[in-house]
Amino acid sequence: MTARIGVITFPGTLDDGDAARAVRHSGAEAVSLWHADADLHGVDAVVVPGGFSYGDYLRCGAIARFAPAMTSVIDAAGKGMPVLGICNGFQILCEAGLLPGALVRNDKLHFVCRDQWLRVENTTTSWSTRYDSGAEVLIPLKSGEGGYMADKPTLDRLEGDGRVVFRYVGENPNGSRGDIAGIASESGRIVGLMPHPEHAIDALTGPSDDGLGMFYSALDALGAVAA
Amino acid sequence: MARVVVDVMPKPEILDPQGQAVAGALPRLGFDGVAEVRQGKHFELEVDDSVDDDTLAKIAEGFLANPVIEDWTIRRVDQ
Repeated sequence: MTARIGVITFPGTLDDGDAARAVRHSGAEAVSLWHADADLHGVDAVVVPGGFSYGDYLRCGAIARFAPAMTSVIDAAGKGMPVLGICNGFQILCEAGLLPGALVRNDKLHFVCRDQWLRVENTTTSWSTRYDSGAEVLIPLKSGEGGYMADKPTLDRLEGDGRVVFRYVGENPNGSRGDIAGIASESGRIVGLMPHPEHAIDALTGPSDDGLGMFYSALDALGAVAA
Repeated sequence: MARVVVDVMPKPEILDPQGQAVAGALPRLGFDGVAEVRQGKHFELEVDDSVDDDTLAKIAEGFLANPVIEDWTIRRVDQ
């Protein structure tokens, strides 16, 4: 059976098209989900894509987290459904309390747009089993508020439990604590990261196809046969 | 009706690059002696009398501020 992976569109979402394309590229069926619709249409997993939901008003992700679709995602995530938050999606998952911490303005204030090397440090989450531990992958990063912040006890817990999934390699692009690019929930079913794996799925349109591993990993987690 | 002011500020331990940029610009504009600038948000709410302090705290804590990175204060102001 083909896995069905939902991609949410909020007002101001930009990367739902590429996220859906990445889902299809991995061999799954992409299901468009609308922010105002609480019905998740029976999807097996959800991608919360990047962009500027609600214009980033108040704080990035602060308004989107209250959308009916997100209320259903929070509920389903609590029952073990895999969820991937990319960029603005990561910010939304943090605002929703599905992941700890928060994303703040880049330390040098510049919007960063570049192909970024990441090191994969946890290969047991629903979104990272297809990578080799310690593998370095090239994924586009494009964000103005990508600095990952959390209090010291939270950071210590994330590090101690191995919940840092992706870490920036080389110069820290945004002031993230511990060079953190992406983290996982305690269960490993929910992952959020600032870089954009959906923009790195083939050599024609991205710097690599390194991002596809996240989508294949989810298919493995769902028990579906990946291409 | 009452006017309620909610001020939201980055926590002291959270880096405030916007405030630092403002502080850095002041000497260039000829204003010396400002040691530090912190930048936050200021909300003015017009609320009717049924909205109690507990409700206002929930609004501030749960929505206007992100308590992971921000502190907030509430005050009712005379009109």
